[in-house]
Amino acid sequence: MFIINCPYCGERDQTEFTCHGEAHIARPKETENLTDEQWGEYIFFRTNPKGMHYERWVHAHGCRRWFNALRNTATDEIFATYEVGAPKPPAPEKHS
Amino acid sequence: MSQKYRLESGGLIDRNKKLSFTFDGKTYTGYHGDTLASALLANGVRLLGRSFKYHRPRGLIAAGSEEPNALMQLENGAYTEPNTRATCIELYDGLVATSQNRWPNLEHDFGAVNSAVARFLPAGFYYKTFMWPASLWMTYEKFIRKAAGLGVSPTKPDPDVYHSRYDHCDVLVIGAGPAGLAAASTAAASGARVVVVDEQSQPGGSMLGSKQSDQYSQWQENTVASLTQSANVRMLPRTTLTGYFDYNYLTAVEKVTDHLGPGRGGDKPRQRFWKIRAKQVIIAAGSIERPLVFADNDRPGVMLANAVDTYINRYGVIPGKDIVVFTNNDSAYQTAINAAAHGATVTVVDTRKSISEALQASLKTADVRLFKGHAISSVQGSKGIHSVRVMELSADGKSVGGQAWQIDCEIVANSGGWTPSVHMFSQSGGKLHYDKNIEGFVPDTSKAKRINPNFSVGACNGKFSTKDCLAEGVKAGSDAAAACGFTAAPGSLPSVDDDGMGHIEPLWLVPTVHPVGEGSAKHFHDFQNDVTAADIHLAAREGYLSVEHLKRYTTTGMATDQGKTSNLNALAIMAEIRGAQIPEVGTTTFRPPFTPLTFGAIGGQESGELFLQERHTPMHASHVANGAVFEDVGDWKRPWYYPQAGEDMHAAVQRESYAVRQSVGILDASTLGKIDIQGEDAAEFLEMIYTNNWKKLGVGRCRYGLMLNEHGMIFDDGVTTRLADDHFHMTTTTGGAARVLGWLEEWLQTEWPDMNVYCTSVTEQWAVAALNGPRARELLSSVSDIDCSNDAFPFMSMREGTIAGIPARVYRISFTGELAYEINVPARYGKKLWDTLLEAGKPFDLCQYGTETMHVVRAEKGFIIVGQDTDGTVTPLDMDMDWIVSKTKADFLGKRSFMRSDTSQEGRPQFVGLLTKDPQVVLPEGAHIVAEVKDAPPMQTLGHVTSSYMSPNVGRSIALGLLRNGLNRKGDTVTLRLMNGDVIEAEVTDPVFIDQAGERTRG
Ligand SMILES: [Zn+2]
Repeated sequence: MFIINCPYCGERDQTEFTCHGEAHIARPKETENLTDEQWGEYIFFRTNPKGMHYERWVHAHGCRRWFNALRNTATDEIFATYEVGAPKPPAPEKHS
Repeated sequence: MSQKYRLESGGLIDRNKKLSFTFDGKTYTGYHGDTLASALLANGVRLLGRSFKYHRPRGLIAAGSEEPNALMQLENGAYTEPNTRATCIELYDGLVATSQNRWPNLEHDFGAVNSAVARFLPAGFYYKTFMWPASLWMTYEKFIRKAAGLGVSPTKPDPDVYHSRYDHCDVLVIGAGPAGLAAASTAAASGARVVVVDEQSQPGGSMLGSKQSDQYSQWQENTVASLTQSANVRMLPRTTLTGYFDYNYLTAVEKVTDHLGPGRGGDKPRQRFWKIRAKQVIIAAGSIERPLVFADNDRPGVMLANAVDTYINRYGVIPGKDIVVFTNNDSAYQTAINAAAHGATVTVVDTRKSISEALQASLKTADVRLFKGHAISSVQGSKGIHSVRVMELSADGKSVGGQAWQIDCEIVANSGGWTPSVHMFSQSGGKLHYDKNIEGFVPDTSKAKRINPNFSVGACNGKFSTKDCLAEGVKAGSDAAAACGFTAAPGSLPSVDDDGMGHIEPLWLVPTVHPVGEGSAKHFHDFQNDVTAADIHLAAREGYLSVEHLKRYTTTGMATDQGKTSNLNALAIMAEIRGAQIPEVGTTTFRPPFTPLTFGAIGGQESGELFLQERHTPMHASHVANGAVFEDVGDWKRPWYYPQAGEDMHAAVQRESYAVRQSVGILDASTLGKIDIQGEDAAEFLEMIYTNNWKKLGVGRCRYGLMLNEHGMIFDDGVTTRLADDHFHMTTTTGGAARVLGWLEEWLQTEWPDMNVYCTSVTEQWAVAALNGPRARELLSSVSDIDCSNDAFPFMSMREGTIAGIPARVYRISFTGELAYEINVPARYGKKLWDTLLEAGKPFDLCQYGTETMHVVRAEKGFIIVGQDTDGTVTPLDMDMDWIVSKTKADFLGKRSFMRSDTSQEGRPQFVGLLTKDPQVVLPEGAHIVAEVKDAPPMQTLGHVTSSYMSPNVGRSIALGLLRNGLNRKGDTVTLRLMNGDVIEAEVTDPVFIDQAGERTRG
């Protein structure tokens, strides 16, 4: 079970959080002008990598704030947690 | 004679405390400090159970938690527990144990016929035989369960109490043997917070079963005393680490009072479940001796060499007077010499040809005979051993030949080497590598998971000598403390011999006069699941070559012991067959739990009433007093119906439903989700969340809204009211309350952070009583200062006032299609409101109604319930609700998906009413509308029933459902085919069965 560093509360147990998939996917503007493929890309397609993943978390049983995390999906090592809207932190070169 | 194998002196038992116990109904005695296993052995009881598949007689193999054979049914009645290992049960007075997997009794077992027909029960037998046809599996299964079951589960409620606790520490030490104690004392001396868990009743680990120097004993005694007294150390004896999870989160079960006997724990729990978060973990889990795989190596009396040593040294029991020690390494020589010193006649059979001079000399001194380069080719006896035959091994170790020596013996003490207990390192995500020097897998620290910082020290790291264990322990204790910011100064260590396994020359499969699999002898490697070397050969012939396939095909390593004694032997035998190296076959993955644990421990205090919290509305006590029958809705207890004397559910619901449309009914609607939404952008926000328009909604007005996900599918609905320009009161479905709040927050925080909107759950702040029915206005007016006339208080509006002096917000909204008012008061007034209205309602024939009536009357009006009439694949258009979808808004959540090819295609299931030809027939919900009735499935489905009731107000049965192209099929007759084969015809209708014009609501 992870320990997650909520940007607002600090380190807490994973049971207080829920994960909501890939981060940094903005909802498109003027959705009516999108092709089916573009809309489908937004609602259905995610990268699902084995390795470094920028993803959304919410401190559901805590401050209820949403934030982003950089996690290695193969090892579950979390390299960074950061506020929504902040730029992606760089992935470390060497990671396990 | 009792305890005839008990030695005169020695061991960690108290000969002054005699304990009486029974095994299979017969009474025996043992001593305080015994395990059930050692006490049985002291009494000469060697036959302890029957094996899983072949029902072969089995006895003790080990002295610790790796024991695969001696599984006991412990105690009777509510306290009974199956599959307990005799080696882990501390003896207490009055203990009752029963052998398992035998019928009618242990001596004469009916299932032993399986042994005679073993040719027909090879590996993969169950798999192949019972794969197909599936229908026969049910028949076979009963037979298999009876024939192959191990113990019996208790049928009575568990009378014991279980606790759970969290702990946090700097350094967690797993194992209190030499390595663990050295690590713990070093870390503790630095000031770090240390927790030490050990599965045994006292610290010492393998040393409890070994002869120790006085210097070591003194060190251990001092170390344990110091740890026990340290405020920064928690010593947890009788505690087994069950699982190692990410970020150094580990779980352990402490057997707090098991050793006292059932019901004797006083005010302490039986077991305590620990959840420990450690900054650093030191694994000092030791190692497990593995057996040699030789012909009939499962006979009662064939034991592991270190087990024989342990029974002598720790329990003062000599397992037999004539002992053959069979080994491929140096460590068993200690057992031979020790047994001889305690009066046994001992012969050593060593598969190696060259053995160190020192070892040979020590045997000579102890008067022990030695066969070099020999092997046991057969074991005589079935419920016990009376002799073995010993023959010379060929140079390649593949065959035996020459003179067969018969040696009389009761016990074979065998050692195939030592397997490091890498379970915890493996569970932590670390990878293993094969160490040729010790012939075993050891942790590869370069492939450890960084989020789980740990150290493996001592025997579990392949370092078997006590000297190495102490040195590694001190180093890890110091390093772990340093990693937590403490400085350790290593204390003094005792000088100990550089003992250990010594030299090993592997012989993975000991040959006999017949090739493996031929003749009657069996070479077992997995005792608990009854898997033999011949099964591995069969698996290889049939192509199950990798370890994962081998496991599943033969079931090796898949019993409750998870192959603690068998895994490496299985891998090695497969490697030999394939001509491969052992690591090429693979390593097995170790999964929690390390040893079986009770459901009680996992559940802890969260059982019975505490298993799941109930949510009660403020009026709950009144509902109980008024005889409501409750329904679970999420965690809520909601009144389902209020039966009067002599009424069943149907009668009560028919009466309540009728009353709602004839006079007035009252429903506790407090569970509806309520969200307070404030901020200058609140209306803008709702425009995106709902499908319809919100900006122009007047203050004090209410509007129904549908929420869609981005797929365009309905996921919640409810009425939202504008309290002020920048203030809305949203309601959601009862079950959707938390989900909707989360949904709103997600969009506000992640997509529209610049919007000035705040959402707050107020579900539990308001108690809600809904008045529905033609007399609702009269009733409300009689208790309220609000002008309830239709002009002053029109449909879909909200007024504030008082009800019998209670401040209230009253919403004129309706989920029944009747004249209706939802009265909201602060939660603390809820019960008073309810009781007041019940009293005031008497002149108006007020009727309490529950959720079932709510469902019936809303269905009469064709009002949907999200999650019942919709299922996540339904758009507003599918529900014939395009009236609520704005044509003017540029965007809202889910809008773009209406244009997707699938959502916009013809022939989608659409919402309709269904009236059966026979008005008395109530369709089952979920019944399928089929294109063509056939005798048996599959049939093409056109739709299904989502809601179905007998309606007293329509005077017949009614149903709602989804039907392909249903909006264009009104008036058609469709056919439903039920599970029981009945075929029912129904007419497709409009879903509104009452008051199509909607006049009652607005009147
Ligand atoms: Zn937080």
